[in-house]
Amino acid sequence: MKWTRRDLLKGLGGLPILGAVWWAGAASSVGSRKERTEILEQLNIVPSLPNAVPGIGGEPVRVGVIGFGIRGEQLCRALGFATNEWREEMTLAAQEDPNIKALEDFDKQEKLNVKLVGICDVFDVRAEKFINSFSTDDFTPKRYTTYKDMIQSGDVDAVVIATPDHWHAPMSIEALNNNVHVYVEKPMTHTVEETYRLREAAKNSKAVFAVGHQHRQTLSFSTARDIVEKGTLGHISLIQTNTNRNDDNGAWNYDIHEKASPETIDWEQFLGSAPQVPFNKNHFFRWRKWWAYGSGLSGDLLTHDYDRLNCVLNMGIPSSVSASGGVYTHKDGRNVPDVIQVNMEFPEYSSGSSQVKGKEKGMTFCYSATLGNGFNRPTILMGHDATMELGNNLTVWPDGGSTRYADMLENEKMRPNVPIYQYNPAANVPDAISSATSQYFADKGLMWTYIDGVRVDSTFLHMREWLSVIKNGGQVSCGIKEGFEEAISAHMAGLSWKLGRRIEWDPEQEQLKPIEGVDFDQVLLANGNWNMQQVTTETVT
Amino acid sequence: MDQNQHKLKASVALLRILIGWHFLFEGVVKLYNPEWTSFGYLATAQGPFKWFFTMLVGNGTIGIVDTLNIVALMVVGITFTLGIFERVGAIVGMGLLALYFFAHPPLPGLTQMNVEGSYWIVNKNLIELVACIVIYQLPTGAIFGLDYFRKNKLAKIQEK
Repeated sequence: MKWTRRDLLKGLGGLPILGAVWWAGAASSVGSRKERTEILEQLNIVPSLPNAVPGIGGEPVRVGVIGFGIRGEQLCRALGFATNEWREEMTLAAQEDPNIKALEDFDKQEKLNVKLVGICDVFDVRAEKFINSFSTDDFTPKRYTTYKDMIQSGDVDAVVIATPDHWHAPMSIEALNNNVHVYVEKPMTHTVEETYRLREAAKNSKAVFAVGHQHRQTLSFSTARDIVEKGTLGHISLIQTNTNRNDDNGAWNYDIHEKASPETIDWEQFLGSAPQVPFNKNHFFRWRKWWAYGSGLSGDLLTHDYDRLNCVLNMGIPSSVSASGGVYTHKDGRNVPDVIQVNMEFPEYSSGSSQVKGKEKGMTFCYSATLGNGFNRPTILMGHDATMELGNNLTVWPDGGSTRYADMLENEKMRPNVPIYQYNPAANVPDAISSATSQYFADKGLMWTYIDGVRVDSTFLHMREWLSVIKNGGQVSCGIKEGFEEAISAHMAGLSWKLGRRIEWDPEQEQLKPIEGVDFDQVLLANGNWNMQQVTTETVT
Repeated sequence: MDQNQHKLKASVALLRILIGWHFLFEGVVKLYNPEWTSFGYLATAQGPFKWFFTMLVGNGTIGIVDTLNIVALMVVGITFTLGIFERVGAIVGMGLLALYFFAHPPLPGLTQMNVEGSYWIVNKNLIELVACIVIYQLPTGAIFGLDYFRKNKLAKIQEK
């Protein structure tokens, strides 16, 4: 038996092809991985792990809930209590679309050591819903007519405040003065003056005070902090953050309950310090649209974006704020703007620099919002060396003009349009989010975070942290310092829009630089644009 | 051998080598990239068999699915390039391509994701699948490939 060269060629001709293809495939895979590893090693970013929270042991924390509207219900679910109505609704939703896992997620959520002992809501229907849903065979939560009754009853250890903005501070202060722990929704306060009073009360109280900026628990944000602190982005000169919504729910036109009437709603208590106007369902259910009870885009949504960034950059209160905008889309009687642009200046802020000295300071935070368009504009941090998109996912692109990455760019190990870092904790979890508004929050990383690929409600983590600090001591991640910075910054934005001028902060005196003839709180509380108001008053007189 | 028959076999052998090349490269690239996963492709599946592909992305199954995919790609790639057991390779290839085709079928009314051309019912996966049928029907390992030795061994022994 003898094989000729021709035989060998015919029989073994496939071998060199196999070898060549194998080599090419392996080389391209290994090569690009090596390049990536090199970049990652240079960046040295450590993805954050969730904080280990000491358990909430002993007797259950007795929690009273003030305000049981949309947010109040969400907060109760985070505490482990869902209404019967919501369970039914979510069961139906899951039957229609099996990807809607809200109920499944809720049932899987770790149980917290709390007892819902009381409710205070000025609308009978809501208070009754609370009691019907959360009563057990041997316990019925108590309804309190006023928040003072609840706080002073001695039967609650902690309160959750989810009321219109103008009630946040008075209720928080009352609770803190009685050493009752507080979890209050954002914005922390409704006026400048009460922001200081609340800070005093929190300092003097033995109780734990937390502001409801749940995204402080989002893992991508703590990873983002690591990215910024390691100088990955270089000197950040501009931050762009946005709100884009184009639906009724997003424009705060919530449903008006059919049973709403002066008989079922304690209107006088709802108004509190607000201007005394006759009973108005629109005001009651859609209070976010009026300065008297809410604070519009600047207090309601800018605060989320501001605190998201303050948690990553720790930039504090801006030295000045200018805002503009108007009511352009929803001319439905509201007086808070539905389009607003806010520029916050931080001339002393520095995130480090790869350049020569003198080029490392100063940043503008630009918030741009409309309730008339739903195009998703991401949050972008723009540094000299790289750009980062911040949300539940993180992406970092090198900048073409970077100093730090100049060599790698020149060697084509990095390309300006190719991300050098991506963080997507949800990569293995298909999502379904029911409404446009929840999609808005989910994209921003405000709704949930991912731990080991499992979706966890960040509000749950935030409340668990608060309860753990109540029991074990320690620090909440969004306490009075963070709340104070958030509230002052939001008020500066609101004031700037209303006055049509720049509002400045004096960091030494820790106060707004006064403007002659202007009472800031009077302006903040006044309906509509202050200039227009003044003009009207002048014309009348 | 008849001249036409020979030309046909040579052409099919060339087709077999190219398809083998394509599968082998896909397999090797995935084999050497431990982070590769078919998750995204399967999770975005569309069409009448969406339920099946969505089922595959479960926590326990995705790892097995990924491994099987790499093994199948390599089986087609190796048998086709080397020219041995190519009918086994052709069947595996048809199965794999049928799965790729039905995960993202180019049916009217479905949004085509991650495709580089415009297709209506027929796409490149389907064409490559039919090419695998041809290779199954007309094995060519005996004229170019390891099968050449097997087939000619007897002849050589007889020669002696």
